[in-house]
Amino acid sequence: MLLTLIVFAVGIVRSFFTPERTRRILSGRRESVGNVLGALLGIVTPFCSCSAVPLFIGFVTAGVPLGVTFSFLVSAPMVNEVALVLLFGLFGSKVAGLYLLTGLIIAVVSGWVIGRLRMEKYIEVWVYATKTGEVESEEKLDWPARIHSGRDAVKDIVGRVWFYVLIGIAVGAGIHGYVPENFMASVMGKGAWWSVPLAVSLGVPMYSNAAGIIPIVQALLGKGAALGTVLAFMMSVIALSLPEAIILRKVLKPRLIATFFGVVALGIMLVGYLFNWIM
Amino acid sequence: MKLQILGTGCAKCNALTMATEKAAQTLGLTYELEKVTDLKRIMSFGVMTTPALVVDGKVKVSGKVPSMDEIKMMLA
Repeated sequence: MLLTLIVFAVGIVRSFFTPERTRRILSGRRESVGNVLGALLGIVTPFCSCSAVPLFIGFVTAGVPLGVTFSFLVSAPMVNEVALVLLFGLFGSKVAGLYLLTGLIIAVVSGWVIGRLRMEKYIEVWVYATKTGEVESEEKLDWPARIHSGRDAVKDIVGRVWFYVLIGIAVGAGIHGYVPENFMASVMGKGAWWSVPLAVSLGVPMYSNAAGIIPIVQALLGKGAALGTVLAFMMSVIALSLPEAIILRKVLKPRLIATFFGVVALGIMLVGYLFNWIM
Repeated sequence: MKLQILGTGCAKCNALTMATEKAAQTLGLTYELEKVTDLKRIMSFGVMTTPALVVDGKVKVSGKVPSMDEIKMMLA
């Protein structure tokens, strides 16, 4: 119920932030300020992973710096309202707040690092040759239309989320029923230093959205896995995935994709250690 | 009239294709429908979010699947 309300509110907020407007805000920005803005806008701009590539081209050809574009691309799927609401509901404000903060930091820093590495030459050449057509005049939305888009967001997200939550619950139940109590604690517990890298390397190839992974997170925690390890697992599942790498291959050369995955995975690991250390 | 659906083949793109065909048939239009899946061509329309519906070369909607009534208005 709370989820529904929040999704509704976010749907309305999002009607103010079209990708076109986000692009206009970001284009010509310098780095650092741009990285922070890109990460923040990633939270509120409507985004679907199947749009990642057109969005990428649209940003880069409009003069948004590469690093800033990546800040946006990292934060958009990972730090979103569904993940935050579910984390808040299940684990309290502290965990949700830390997730928000560290997620943003990962997005800002990894975008900044990629910008510093001057990797523009690893973008496929045709991207820059692409003539992006005239952007059609933006539709002016009135309030009824915004409320309407809020309602659409609820229908869309709640409709999709249920499916993923059910799968997540099933996997979670499987973990709950079949994985011995101490196994997870020994593999993903605080004691083992290698648990965070292991969790991340398991999580990177997998893909799920935020809603589907949370029941699994809950089950793992119940089995004695450490919070930082589990959150690192969650972030790596949501932010990076094999399908995404394959899609991005159309516009990026392998070296840039590898750097992107490497930098983000490293950031996620640091966050995992941080959580384990302070909680 | 010429209808084009821009999209790289995600579930929403297929949903938009089907909805558009249905709307066009209900209105009794004569139309030609093309699915544009090539990224370069998609980008040349200036859209950044897929799926998008293009009617006679003009982008009518992008980034979402509109309702049947909305599609009908775009086609009318």
